[in-house]
Amino acid sequence: MSDSIKKTLFASGHTACAGCGQSLAARLVLEVCGPNTIIANNTGCLEVFSTKYPESAWCVPWIHSLFENSAAVASGIEAALKFLGKKQNINVICQAGDGGTGDIGMQALSGMWERGHDILSICYDNEAYENTGIQRSGLTPYDASTTTSPAGAQSFGNPRPKKPVPEIANAHGIVYVAIASVGYPQDLQKKVKKALSLKGPKYLQIHVPCPLGWGHATELTYQIARLAVQAGLYPLIEYENGELVSSFKITPKPVEEYLKLQRRFRHVLNNSEEIARIQETANKNIKKYNLVVKNN
Amino acid sequence: MFGPIIAKPGTSRKNKTGSWRTGAKPKFLQKDCIACRLCLILCPEGCIEGTQKNSFHCDYDYCKGCGICALICPKRDIEMISEEK
Repeated sequence: MSDSIKKTLFASGHTACAGCGQSLAARLVLEVCGPNTIIANNTGCLEVFSTKYPESAWCVPWIHSLFENSAAVASGIEAALKFLGKKQNINVICQAGDGGTGDIGMQALSGMWERGHDILSICYDNEAYENTGIQRSGLTPYDASTTTSPAGAQSFGNPRPKKPVPEIANAHGIVYVAIASVGYPQDLQKKVKKALSLKGPKYLQIHVPCPLGWGHATELTYQIARLAVQAGLYPLIEYENGELVSSFKITPKPVEEYLKLQRRFRHVLNNSEEIARIQETANKNIKKYNLVVKNN
Repeated sequence: MFGPIIAKPGTSRKNKTGSWRTGAKPKFLQKDCIACRLCLILCPEGCIEGTQKNSFHCDYDYCKGCGICALICPKRDIEMISEEK
């Protein structure tokens, strides 16, 4: 093993699946944060695959307590650092998957935002409870087949739309809310950098494809993440103090191109009515966030 | 086992996850490489390194053989080859 591989702050040898978008995102985030970072992590894929007892892939201080409380733990860390007068040089991050952020960890996270702690909360959104066997979460998109919302004769998979966590975060009046994707690593790292430069509570949601749960080939992680953005299903947007300050412009592709690569959407491919509904979600995003540059 | 458990940083490196590969591994041809670094940036294991053109390679101790690097290479300078176990 050479020196440059040894130097990465998120070490190799973690037990994520081949092609895992979340391990990729975690490394990209940590590259920007640097060594002066303290991380509190909710239970989830990321916690399980990075810290198989008695080992850890993290080369920065990292703490896991429960499924729901990384925001509360991070709040305590931030308050202690402030008391010691050391906060200005240290980034405090609380991170979780989509279940740990949008469902189970919501009340601790809401409290952290409301109290105004200087913490960046990151949601690695793989759109289900992938670690425990691909159960539906609040952030699972409409029509995705999971083990608790299986597609079949009576069902088209998940009957509910994706929970708008960035809008919930915005409603708290926090300084920075952004959506990123591993399909656009430079954009992702730019957003982490910007978030860390601002004081106050920040929220970053990162789209991370999961080959196991979404049922796609391991080498397609990057392409699928890009297609979600290009179809308008995952708008890369940025809010500062509640104002939309930037949105990543796209030339929209039909949603089928994104759906057809994934087993979780296999059942809707021959159903034009369901595809039209998913396309409608994309169209709404394109209109709402002004994702297409108009030539006039 | 109810107290905090402390693990040393970066100790996951002792897991040689390269043994997970199921039949294919990336071969870095090092012929047409333009040093765009995409393979290095997008490797989920973080086990690719290199700085100059035609210098990129991966650590097979950790490569799980997902194939992202081979698919993303704009010069098709990485190919997945079958490997005998």
